[in-house]
Order: sequence, then structure tokens, then C-alpha cells
Amino acid sequence: MDLTSVYRAEYGSCVATVTRLLGDIGLAEEAVQDAFAIAVTKWDVLPPNPGAWIVTTARNQAIDRLRRESTREARHAQALLLNRSDEPGEEVGPVRDDQLRLIFTCCHPALSPLAQTALTLRLLGGLEVPEIARAYLVPEATISQRIVRAKKKIRDAAIPYRVPGAAELPDRLPPVLTALYLIFNEGYAASTGTLLRTDLSHEAVRLARALADLMPDEPEVLGLLALLLLTEARRPARLGPDGELVTLAEQDRSLWNADLIAEGHELVRRCLRRDRPGPYQIQAAINAVHTDGAATDWTQVLALYDQLLQHTPTPIVALNRAVALAEVHGPEAALAAVEELDIPGYHLLPATRADLLARLGRADEAADAYDEAAALAGNDTERAFLLERRDRCTSCP
Amino acid sequence: MHYMMGVRLNEDALPPDDEASFARVGAVNDEMKAQGVWVFGGGLLPSDSATVVRVANGSTTMTDGPFAETKEQLGGFWVIDVDDLDAALAWAEKAAEACEVPIEVRPFDGLA
Repeated sequence: MDLTSVYRAEYGSCVATVTRLLGDIGLAEEAVQDAFAIAVTKWDVLPPNPGAWIVTTARNQAIDRLRRESTREARHAQALLLNRSDEPGEEVGPVRDDQLRLIFTCCHPALSPLAQTALTLRLLGGLEVPEIARAYLVPEATISQRIVRAKKKIRDAAIPYRVPGAAELPDRLPPVLTALYLIFNEGYAASTGTLLRTDLSHEAVRLARALADLMPDEPEVLGLLALLLLTEARRPARLGPDGELVTLAEQDRSLWNADLIAEGHELVRRCLRRDRPGPYQIQAAINAVHTDGAATDWTQVLALYDQLLQHTPTPIVALNRAVALAEVHGPEAALAAVEELDIPGYHLLPATRADLLARLGRADEAADAYDEAAALAGNDTERAFLLERRDRCTSCP
Repeated sequence: MHYMMGVRLNEDALPPDDEASFARVGAVNDEMKAQGVWVFGGGLLPSDSATVVRVANGSTTMTDGPFAETKEQLGGFWVIDVDDLDAALAWAEKAAEACEVPIEVRPFDGLA
């Protein structure tokens, strides 16, 4: 019996439900950990519903623990527990809506973005502090401090444990989507070290799937899931045999994951039928075009970037649009657009400029821009790619 | 839960003290009272009217001026009683819109 995979699969939903039962995230985590520790000694075979077993055991553990303690929090939690109408002996299972409540609590705008993602990974993903710290390459103490501080703020400031109402949702859903997108991206193009951290991307996809399952009527949630799936689908082709970066145009499309692409395309079609476009849906549509047929239809991509720029008029979107512009109207037009942009510290701006300059035969300027991009690149894979391109410019002028 | 909503003022660049902003703040106060969340509230005179009192080793010293000589000072505050942070933040949004300055929301650590 593989307790680790049960832990991974059930931890988040159990913590979410026990948080509702106890009214406190910290107590819920302890109780769920106690329950898993008991499971290690008691489970010879897996119970029919491991999640329900853990939640029931955690609740009973919490009741025992609270009877022994007499702090203010403990009394409060005990009062909550004893006011429940369900019988103490009755088995209670994880409730899916609890996960949704917890993700909105973790991604509350009153918490910092790093705290939001760390808390989401810890509580819903079941990742341990050292794993999160390794993923973000920050000291464990930093992550654990952020998590402790965030949980304290949730309790002290009374950040509610509920799904926001329809009126609040437009403000509250974006940080949740952003947190999942950031977790995915950190796994897809790591800010330091090597390029791919597959575990983070998988966790983001799992959470996005859960969110889409829980909020099937929110097109931006479906859009985010589609975007992650269509990006994830190309992962097997993204690195060459020696771990080098392979550009979209040069990727071996037969390596792409056809199941994820089919699922992503179906989600994009569902979004189109709803006709309430938003930034994640448009980015998903762009990735659907990239993964449709034998080659990218850049005219469609450019039209979608025009639409995206209206929704999110940021220089990064303008830069990505310029890449499409180069394919449709040539590198000169794209270079003019790129030269109007200023994104301090962002390596893909000089990298794009370098590529356009190289295509225009301006090798010396291209080499300088590649150097500038390589100096800003965070991970070794991208840096090696940029320096290799730079060498190509200087060797065949 | 009780929360303080502090009005953060840049005393070097005060927003205009016009009739319209008085009316807007008054309307927020009325709404708070009507919904039973208003506990206390008011505007403060500029920080040059402040005096800091310190007691150490049995002797008391008084100094002219606020705790910290910074541009950003507490310009006034509300105390509200609501269910949770989301409710407090919703009121802060209304208050910030009415005052046209940032509002800091802080939970009380219990009340006397």
C-alpha cells in the first residue's frame, strides 16, 4: 500500500474539511497529520474511503487534544466542534466545496503573493516546507516564516473561510488564478537553476482541474486549465537530447501529448461557446492555435494577441504580440514595435530584439542583444540557448 | 470582530477639504450607522498638534509633535464591528473612495 500517494491525493481535501470543522487552519493541519501518523500504524490494507477515515480520525484526535488543552483558540474550536449537529462517532468525509473555500482563503488579496502560493502548495498541495523552498530556491526558514505569518493573519484578522459571493468574485477569482498560473510557470520556466520543475507544474494542473471541477461555469477558470494543459502538452518536446531548449518552430510535434491537447482544445471550444472572453481564455486560444495541425497559423495568433492586448495592455503582451507580428508582417515591423517597449530586467525583451535583428542580417547588434538577454536570464537552460544563438550570429555574419 | 480603519494622509499634499468630500464621508458614516457597524470615528487635526508622553524610570517627559516625523500620518480613523475581514475591507473600499486617500485596516487584539 502506497501511503505517500494517498497522502498527496487526500491531504489538501482533508485539511480543507477539518479546517471547516475546527475553524482554524493550524489545528486542522495538526489533526490531519496526527491522523496520517495513526494510519501508518493501523492500515494494513487501504480503507474503502481513505479521505473519510482521515477526516473522522482527525476530528476525533482534535476533540481529544482540545479537551487536554485550555487555550482560548482551543476553547473556541471545541465550542465549534461540539455545536455540530452530526454525531461524533459518525464518519465524515472530505467535502469538495471545502477545498474551494480553502483556496480562496489561501489566495486572499490581504496576503502577499509569495504567501498565497506557498500556502496554497502547503495546504492544498500537501507539499512540505523544504519542497516548496527547493522549488522557489529560497531558504526553508523564509517559506516557513511566510506560512506561519499568513496563517496567523488569517486567524487574527478573521480572513473568512468561504467562497466569495457572486458580487465579490470578479475581484477575488483573479488572485486564485494568478497563484495557480505562477505555480505552473515556476515549474515550466524556473526563475533559477534548470528550466523545468515538473512537480510544481503537475501540482498546478491538478489544482486547476479541481478548480474547474468546482466552478465549471467560470470561463476564466476553464481558460486557465486549458492554457496549462496546452502548455504542459508541449513539455516533452521542449528540451532536446542534451537538455537544450528547442523553440516552438523546431519542436518535434509527434512528442506532444495528444490527450492533453485534445482536452485543452475541448475546453477552448467550451469557452468560445460561452462567449465571455478573458485573458486566460485568450491565451488558451493562442495555445490552441499553436497546437492545431502541422504548423501555427500566425494570422490567427496575431488577431488573438490584438484581442489580448485590449484586455491586458501590458508591455509583456505587446512583446509576445510582436513575435506574431514578425511572422505575419516581417521582422522589420516587429522590431519597430519591440523598440517602443521598456521592460526592465526581462530577458525576453532583448532576446526577441536579438532574434529580429539576426533575421534582418544585423549580426553585430543581434550579438549584443543576445549578450544582454543572457545576462538577464534566470535559468541555465535559457542562458545556454541565448549564448548559442549569439555564437551563430558572430560565426556567420 | 472590531477593526480600525485608519486614514493615511500625506500632510505635505492634503486632498482638498471641500463640501463634496465632506458629503461623501458623511454618507459613508450614515450607511455604517444604519447597518449597525459604526462604533466610533472621526478626523484628527494635523500631526503638529500632537504631543508624545513618555514615562521612564519614574519621570515623565513630553515632546512636541507626533511619534515619527514623517509625511504619512494618521489623519483620522473609524472603529467598526463586522463579521470578518472581507466585510471590513468592503467598508474600507467605500471609505477610501470617499476620502480619496489610502485606508489601513487593522484588527483589534480584543477590546476593553
